[in-house]
Amino acid sequence: MTTVKSAATREALGPTLIELQNSGEFDLIVVDADLGKSTSARIFQDTYPERFFTFGIAEQNMISAAAGFSVMGHTVFATTFAVFAEHAFDQLRMMVAQPNLNVKIVASHGGVSPGEDGASAQSIEDFALFSSLLNFNVCVPADVIEAAAITKAAALTPGPFYIRTARPKTSIIYTDGPQFELGRANQLREGNDLTIIACGLMVERALIAADELKNNNINARVLNMSTLRPLDTNSLFAAATDTGALVIAEEHLSHTGLGAMCAHALASSIPVPVEFIGLDRYGESATWEEALELTGLTSAKIISACHQVLSRKMT
Amino acid sequence: MSADLDFEQSAIILAANVRRHIVKMVYSAKSGHIGGSLSSTDLMAVLYSKYLKHDPENPNWNDRDRFIMSKGHCTPVQYAILAERGYFPIDELKTFRQKGTRLQGHSVLGKPPGVENSAGALGMGLSFGLGIRLAQKLKGMQNSKVWVLMGDGEQNEGQVWEAAMSATHHQAAGLIALIDRNGIQNDDFTQKTMRSEPLDKKYEAFGWNVLSNIDGHSIPEIAHAFEWAITQDDAPTCLIFDTIKGKGVSFMENNPGFHGAPPDDEQFKIAMQELQ
Repeated sequence: MTTVKSAATREALGPTLIELQNSGEFDLIVVDADLGKSTSARIFQDTYPERFFTFGIAEQNMISAAAGFSVMGHTVFATTFAVFAEHAFDQLRMMVAQPNLNVKIVASHGGVSPGEDGASAQSIEDFALFSSLLNFNVCVPADVIEAAAITKAAALTPGPFYIRTARPKTSIIYTDGPQFELGRANQLREGNDLTIIACGLMVERALIAADELKNNNINARVLNMSTLRPLDTNSLFAAATDTGALVIAEEHLSHTGLGAMCAHALASSIPVPVEFIGLDRYGESATWEEALELTGLTSAKIISACHQVLSRKMT
Repeated sequence: MSADLDFEQSAIILAANVRRHIVKMVYSAKSGHIGGSLSSTDLMAVLYSKYLKHDPENPNWNDRDRFIMSKGHCTPVQYAILAERGYFPIDELKTFRQKGTRLQGHSVLGKPPGVENSAGALGMGLSFGLGIRLAQKLKGMQNSKVWVLMGDGEQNEGQVWEAAMSATHHQAAGLIALIDRNGIQNDDFTQKTMRSEPLDKKYEAFGWNVLSNIDGHSIPEIAHAFEWAITQDDAPTCLIFDTIKGKGVSFMENNPGFHGAPPDDEQFKIAMQELQ
């Protein structure tokens, strides 16, 4: 059980990479694009300097070189900010996804929560981009404990992997240890009136919303959908069948992210009313909490969406 | 006959066979990149005859050199060389670009054996080769090398220069860039579309060992350049070959019309006569 109250999901990377290499089970290479202090990858460099390569501010080169390392048998972790990972989309497609190589992208500063840095630093399209790359697993941790578990899963899973982490320190959700299983949603609250599906920073907001709804005798199931690809359609369809109404919340463009992928799966099997909490605009400079407020990513908005979807629910 | 002459003779015969394969493949497929394949045929023939450490019987041999085809549209020359060297039956060349084939239009890693990288989008191969070379060094594979073939039009891509910068930063001696400087890119002559010269001075400025103005159609000159390159152990090495796009077929030579267009029936007949 952890005693830390809050931490940023990006803080898990460096220590977990060291743990993985220490285990003797992996032949890791870590590549970086001059953001190792921010992504926490530099901690790995301090311990394993010969396994750490920076490519400077050159993400396309970094991703292509990572592919080269991987064909030599290495498990390669490539780290930068989410917006800069997007910079190498063509390299990710042709050099990593198509040949299905063992390259893991761990991209910090996802979503609008880089806050003060403003719109250019706020990646709100990375779920869409990485989910569009076949062969990629795509995961978003809800807290630092889950971030470490996802990083380990990435090392253990052959093939391309994308992990989006966040800049701000946020609450620990998995105080009793991680529940992560690749491709499986984790149920955090039981309930049969409706289901709130969330990922990343929105999981904490979903839990707050569910607790408040409970005061009004509305029992919301809460699923942490930390794996976006492959999508856990079993849990999704069970939620649709059992509760008949869904709210999907994400720190991402609403029309191309987790909500859109869930709606795509539901439409051809169990169409139920869905409300979406996500972005439809670029962010701007503000504190990270203000940035979430400005773009409607709050527990209050989730609660409103829950009432809305319940009004549409077929009885 | 001396060993050198023996080698030269066999490389000339290999190149001649490869040129005929290239023209047949692109004619049969009614598509494919003929000009840049013919311009790099001689240097590929010399590389695969003598200097590339490889084993067609064991294409995944761990200590092999890696050949990275960064100009991934020039698959005709690569497939023809690999077939001639015994990686797969020559007869399979007939399937180039056709449904169900291993011989895809642009390079796909592992298809067929001997193709070490996926390519088609330009400018990525040097970075990929750099990653391989750094891994080789980490594993103590000092006797293995990485050869990356690029076009001169490809030098437009900014990523090439990211790779050039980081290769010297990471002291990637044993990484050998080959530039097929045929002077023509997709739409037009490189001097009209995007001037990339002076390439030699640019690579030198990035800290590479450079040999330029090599006659890319002279077997002894190509061999001499490779001999020099494999002894360079202080920095990555760049060889710039002066070549003729469409080399070997009179009406294709130095003709921007034959970058990615196939010959018609009459042109095919003439081309095959010229290549006899």
